[in-house]
Amino acid sequence: MGLHVPTMAEMMAKGESPEILFWVGCAGSFDDRAKKITKALVKILNKCNVDFAVLGTEESCTGDPAKRAGNEFTFQMQAMMNIQILDGYEVKKIVTACPHCFNTLKNEYPELGGNYEVIHHTQLIQELINQGKLALKDGDTFKGKKITFHDPCYLGRANDVYEAPRSLIEKLDAELVEMKRCKTKGLCCGAGGAQMFKEAEKGNKEINVERTEDALETKADIIATGCPFCNTMMTDGLKNFNKEGEIEVLDVAELIASAADL
Amino acid sequence: MISIALFALLFLVGWGFFGWNMLKIRSNILLGKEINRSDNRKERIRTTILIALGQKKMFTRPIPALLHLAIYSAFMITQIELIEIFVDGFTPEAHRIFRPPLGGFYTFMISFIEILTVFALIATIIFLSRRNLLKLPRLNMKEMKGWPKMDANMILFMEIILVTCIFMMNGADEVLYQQGLSHANDVLGQTGGSMNFTVSSFLGPLLFDGMEPATLHVIERIGWWGHIIMVFSFLNYLAYSKHLHIIFAFPNTYYSNLEKKGRLTNMESVTTEVKLMMDPTADPYATPPEGAAEPQRFGAKDATDLTWKNLLDSYSCTECGRCTSSCPANITGKLLSPRKIMMDTRDRIAEMGDNFRKHGKDYDDGKSLLGDYISEEEIWACTSCNACVQECPINIDPLSIIIDLRRYLVMEESKLPAELAGMATNIENNGAPWQFSPTDRLNWKDEV
Repeated sequence: MGLHVPTMAEMMAKGESPEILFWVGCAGSFDDRAKKITKALVKILNKCNVDFAVLGTEESCTGDPAKRAGNEFTFQMQAMMNIQILDGYEVKKIVTACPHCFNTLKNEYPELGGNYEVIHHTQLIQELINQGKLALKDGDTFKGKKITFHDPCYLGRANDVYEAPRSLIEKLDAELVEMKRCKTKGLCCGAGGAQMFKEAEKGNKEINVERTEDALETKADIIATGCPFCNTMMTDGLKNFNKEGEIEVLDVAELIASAADL
Repeated sequence: MISIALFALLFLVGWGFFGWNMLKIRSNILLGKEINRSDNRKERIRTTILIALGQKKMFTRPIPALLHLAIYSAFMITQIELIEIFVDGFTPEAHRIFRPPLGGFYTFMISFIEILTVFALIATIIFLSRRNLLKLPRLNMKEMKGWPKMDANMILFMEIILVTCIFMMNGADEVLYQQGLSHANDVLGQTGGSMNFTVSSFLGPLLFDGMEPATLHVIERIGWWGHIIMVFSFLNYLAYSKHLHIIFAFPNTYYSNLEKKGRLTNMESVTTEVKLMMDPTADPYATPPEGAAEPQRFGAKDATDLTWKNLLDSYSCTECGRCTSSCPANITGKLLSPRKIMMDTRDRIAEMGDNFRKHGKDYDDGKSLLGDYISEEEIWACTSCNACVQECPINIDPLSIIIDLRRYLVMEESKLPAELAGMATNIENNGAPWQFSPTDRLNWKDEV
């Protein structure tokens, strides 16, 4: 079955407006790995008949990496354009699978006039399960598996969301194992603050390698994340240890989608 | 009378010099830019009680937290005894002036102080060992070489002297008391027995038994005067030391950022310009309205471009290095150390303040925080992960300084890593940090 992904423009043409906007983000739209996360989330939204839409080609970068790189002009230009579009569609609520988009839309748009209720996809999925709209199959997809969760900085420390992704992993037939540095003490994957888009400064190690060591120590079979950039960094980290065949890096949405047999 | 005069002199000079230095630091901090941190009083008081008074964030590392708590609680409770010393110092022939009215409670109070003081002494010795023998990595990094290391050790040694004086004073007094020769006997007309202070009733006889009363009086006086002189020395040392945190931790926590850590400040000046750019009716050649403010520098090049809260942060930092030891860039060998950012900021604003006072407020020494203190390489290594902000036991925010320095480099000097310049161009042209066509944004929907 194909994915049902209405755009805001299509809905408006039909005189409808969705309950929630799915902000896909640049990674979720263009990065091959992150696109799989996007699709997993859409499958969940479709399964639960969530009344949502995307902006499609009208979506544009939130400006997060520009702002963190010190380029406030580019950030505010992006923010103002996005706010015009969001307000044009009278968007009230936004869900996103990218903690960077999540943080920017939630915390930095209000001062520029964009006021929306913004949630991270793990929070939405948690809500859907709690409301009984999404049931996980009793299959043995993750039976006996160990899963560790890598806290994205922009979800955890930046916005104090630690519980939602963990509660989802705990719903799986798997064991949640914590890394020695987790939650408020979680170590960054190395991508934040626009580092994703540049070479690291001279040092004695890459940050994602340091973080992957934390994950390997837990002997987890799966590294779960809630951020497309963390996903890339941890995947690259595993390659550094030639472990990419043994250990998977999966987004919490992907874990839930496969546990729900979607 | 001579002793009262001496005491009064010590008191006046001690407080006076301290006050003068505090005013100087205050005026340095006020060189910073305005930021509103006076909203939400209730939440601020709550934060101060939990974080500063209650030391909540210290306890994520239990061992140093307990050791620090020993010194902290001894310091706090000793203030009660210090009040008595002040009153005694100004009252002729007075000695332990609170003892007669307080009675058994006085014995309890001094005993309590003595026990905490012993704990504090143990903690001080362990702290010295952690720094100098165990050489804990976070206490022995590059930026700690030289004065910062000596500063830390001096504080700990001063604490040992302080504790020694307290027990000289109480111990000798106890032995005199047992002989009926302490001034404390006279007040209540007692001729012997013990003052029953938990530690000194045992330690006094152990150290001083069999000594001449005259010697004991001298020891007691050395203890008393030594203690109060150390108190004033310590007080005046604060202005030159990281130890200032014992005072500044409280205002610094009160004025902390109550927003979500992920939220960076909005630059109002940019908002005005972006609004103009997006307004089709705006006249780009219009002269600015009468009385419009001088355009300010974007971001921060020097310490005075930072906010007063950044500067207060820098003076409050006690260089514990929790920030640096949790910084992903530092852990992986990069130059960035959030602690160094704070130390550099403090050293620079102190230098600027001195310069302005000496040479007038337009003086330019040709140096700046960015470049002469903090290098570009340091600030570009930051992942903005907020670990340093999270770790700081008194809510110091090194990240906001790093971002402001980046803002200056990018918006005033266009000096940034080439990849980041490319990223910004991509965002502006394609609406994404990579070179993808915006028309392809929804292609994922139909891809298998």
